[in-house]
Amino acid sequence: MKPAPFQYHAPRSLQEAVAILAQVAPADGRVLAGGQSLVPIMAFRLARPSHLVDINGIEALARLAVENGKLCIGACVRHAAFERPVVEGPLGRLLAMVVRHIAHSPIRARGTFCGSIAHADPASEWCALVAALDGEIVATSVRGARVIAAGQFFAGIMATALAEDEVLTEVRLPLLAPDTRCGFYEFNRRAGDFALAMAVVHFRLVEGRMFKPRVAIGGAETHPRRVAAAEAALAANAPSPRVFADAAARAARDVEPLEDAQTNAQYRRELVVAVTRRALEAAL
Amino acid sequence: MSAGVAVPTGWVGRSLRRIEDPALVRGSGRFTSDLPAALWVRFVRSPVAAGKILRIVAPPGARMVTAADLAAVGPIRPMLHKFNYVPIEQRVLAADVVRFVGEPLAAILAPSREEAEDLAERVHVEIDATSAIVDAYAAIAAGAPLVHAQARGNIIVDARVATPGFAAASAAARHRVRLRIRSRRQNALPLEPRAAHAAWDPVERRIILHCSTQMPHLMRTIIAQLIGMAESGLRVIAPDVGGGFGQKMSLAAEYVVVAWLARSLRTSVAWTEDRRENLIASFHARDQHIDLEGMFDDAARLVALRADVLANVGAYACYPTTGAVEALMAMAEMPGPYDVRDYSCTARGVLTHTCPMAPYRGVSRPVITFAIERLMDKAAAAFGIDAPTIRRRNLVRAFPYTTATGLVFDEASYVETMDAAVLAADLPAFRARQAAARLQGRYLGIGMSTFCERTGYGTPAFAARGMDVTPGWETVVLGIDPSGCVEARIGSSPHGQGLRTALSQIIADELGVSPERVTVVHGDTDRTPYGWGTFASRSLVIAGGAALMAARKVRAKLIGMAADLLEAAPEDIVLGDGVARVSGTDRAMAIDALARAAYHQTHRFKGTFAPGLAESATYDPPGTFSNACHIALVEVDIETGRVGIEKFLVAEDAGRLINPMIVDGQIHGGVAQGIANALYEEVIYDAGGDILTATLADYLPPTAREIPPIALHHRETLTEASLTKAKGVGEGGTIGAPAALINAVNDALAPFGVSIDEIPATPQRIRDALRAAAAAKA
Repeated sequence: MKPAPFQYHAPRSLQEAVAILAQVAPADGRVLAGGQSLVPIMAFRLARPSHLVDINGIEALARLAVENGKLCIGACVRHAAFERPVVEGPLGRLLAMVVRHIAHSPIRARGTFCGSIAHADPASEWCALVAALDGEIVATSVRGARVIAAGQFFAGIMATALAEDEVLTEVRLPLLAPDTRCGFYEFNRRAGDFALAMAVVHFRLVEGRMFKPRVAIGGAETHPRRVAAAEAALAANAPSPRVFADAAARAARDVEPLEDAQTNAQYRRELVVAVTRRALEAAL
Repeated sequence: MSAGVAVPTGWVGRSLRRIEDPALVRGSGRFTSDLPAALWVRFVRSPVAAGKILRIVAPPGARMVTAADLAAVGPIRPMLHKFNYVPIEQRVLAADVVRFVGEPLAAILAPSREEAEDLAERVHVEIDATSAIVDAYAAIAAGAPLVHAQARGNIIVDARVATPGFAAASAAARHRVRLRIRSRRQNALPLEPRAAHAAWDPVERRIILHCSTQMPHLMRTIIAQLIGMAESGLRVIAPDVGGGFGQKMSLAAEYVVVAWLARSLRTSVAWTEDRRENLIASFHARDQHIDLEGMFDDAARLVALRADVLANVGAYACYPTTGAVEALMAMAEMPGPYDVRDYSCTARGVLTHTCPMAPYRGVSRPVITFAIERLMDKAAAAFGIDAPTIRRRNLVRAFPYTTATGLVFDEASYVETMDAAVLAADLPAFRARQAAARLQGRYLGIGMSTFCERTGYGTPAFAARGMDVTPGWETVVLGIDPSGCVEARIGSSPHGQGLRTALSQIIADELGVSPERVTVVHGDTDRTPYGWGTFASRSLVIAGGAALMAARKVRAKLIGMAADLLEAAPEDIVLGDGVARVSGTDRAMAIDALARAAYHQTHRFKGTFAPGLAESATYDPPGTFSNACHIALVEVDIETGRVGIEKFLVAEDAGRLINPMIVDGQIHGGVAQGIANALYEEVIYDAGGDILTATLADYLPPTAREIPPIALHHRETLTEASLTKAKGVGEGGTIGAPAALINAVNDALAPFGVSIDEIPATPQRIRDALRAAAAAKA
């Protein structure tokens, strides 16, 4: 149980990194950030990149800053950075709430936020959060940088809109208005495991009614996404158990559940009901 | 009988810190895989469950051995002389056919583990796959493909017992309760996977095999036998072993290959199993179906019990306990701690194209305890009485008690221990809390299990199974060297149990020295007397008893010599604090000085005593039953099916506690594995025999965050069945926990009319049951 042989590159600048990646990407070159997902699957030889481009030595990618009303998270910012709110207001609190559910402390100390987005595991908490917040993903290559909207980014199980020669250099999350209510709930077999289903929700309360509600479901389908049917059930309604139950039921009807040896579709739909309602209740 | 826990007067009874731990916690333990080797082995394993081997081709330049190279190595052929047992053979590398995914086909050799792994991946294997049989019921269906031609109907063992009065008692019974339970397959999951390192010693011209095993002496015997060499040509060493739990008491075919390679190539050869190999190809356990029917009288007393046991034992039989071990243990002990005079049981072991089953902590008893304890709860519900009440009416109270299957229960405290647990759990307070929670849509449950654990049993018990190899006794050679240091060489082979610490306490009390003066040597066939090893909750009872016997002999000699030199009567000599003293006087002599005299001044004894201070003793006890009551408090999330454990409580009677801290540790670890059994761990095969739980992302042991605080209560029933009056306690935690937990889950779900009778009770299974119950009502 060890990786198949590969060649290791340790660029010191982003320019250097994308240049190397442009060369090695066609030969299955991959970017190594925290390595908490990639390295285990390499050990099982489920992934066998022939080249690894390690971006940990690129100082510029460790940036975490607020710019133009957005939180900009550089490619080398670790999960653990979010354990205390990184910005004032609901966004910092939401990130701090969600990060506690990501694996275990040693993994959070090493794994990166952007790495989770690039890896796009269906059950990644950060992916569901980026979907719920309509975040932006910055992809950089020798061809330049481009910004991809979250809604266009996730394409399937560990599949994204990133081209093979692109480094995911930054994720931008909009700061949330101070009166935004946020909720998160996930269900997993053991603490720290990948969730079987999760929901990230947020909305503002305007005169007692939900304004711009967002409901993103993760873990249940090939990739996380906002569920319009559930959001529609909330919009302009006052929060109530009946409204929440209705939104949860719509979310469950809308999803196309993943199935595996330990989880059937019917059970997964039931979990979507539970996590959606509980995330909404937590937001209140 | 004495109740409560005795106040220690000597070293026994004290929670001494374990001698074993400083090295382990500082990372200076010595494990098999720490040894350097000239060659490393990677096994090429079958990717299919069943099929005929057509070709195995090594990549260019690779060194590979296959079954053809090992033609002179005998097959593993465990034997049982009773119960219609059908002996089957396993070649150490598969020849002609494969029978489970993961079966070793070939060994690739390279200078490093990494290179071997790279080369093994490039071995070309062609197998003509045939249809695989995975499910136990499918295996016994007419026309099922045979896993081994000689085992008709795929049945390897077919045991039946019935008491003469069973038919009449059953017919006359007025109340019947029936249930079917299912225990899914598990892996013992030792922290250290299996490992072997064999080196040719050119001077002594023999093989030194270090391996991660629970029974070094028997490994030497069987490996030498299979290779066809004298046992003197093989020295087996079990260095630090990172957990065994039974998985490492069975012979690993891989160890034979490694020893054979070192002997053939005259070099050092090593193999370290990786986690994937351990999960798919070490040994599995617990895969059973039980159909149980209890016949009760009007007073809710169990008058007859009928059981049908089907154990899926996998593709081969494990050595030495054979493919019958699960089924026979179930048959012998199904009635548990209850006084039931009439019993009938059929117990079959069924071959399938899956990884072989072998003993795992508790062996069958976690499953049968789950069965009988579910039966008791169902019967209690039918009679409208509570769980403790039905057990109180049925538990054995008078000892010794001979069970319907002929086991003899020694002095114990079944009722008293249960009562202590029930009192500690505060049932009335819980019921009030449960009722209040239900009003809020929260479902709390309480569940219990009462059981006895057969431990420390000697040769008669193993002989009753008709095993070709009949374990049981243990020998301890105990000596004091000329400097006064005590050394005990034991045939037992502890691997994490703290036995060195516990034995040093027993020996120190006998010899009047401090435990630091005592060294316990184990795990080396050169340095220890032949013995069986550490398994079946036996080492403290049997090796402890033998250590006590040997220490008493040495003590008698010390006293005699002291009496001689101090010119006193032997009965006036008192040993203590490292000194032999004439009682009531100031005449004394250091034990160190006596030891010196025993070797270097033997003339002073004028021939009364033979030179030296070494004695040997062997103990072969009848066996002793410890007993316990487990109580679990859970909350079931009915929307997701998640079971949260609020509290877990154990009242235990393990006889005299030699080292209470070690006993507590055994129970804690055992309960954790019982929780795994009840709620988390499951080996899953698909219909074609491929294994779907080959990583720790799919096979889910609970972590520290899933294990609740465990409250312990002790009683000490001082039994005559054990020389030290200690009873074994190695498996009880694992045996009792699943039943208590699942009874608690069912108690929580009582308003929904479901019965969860399958373990692990995963959230999905609980949801499936709740959904089905809701559909049935609608």
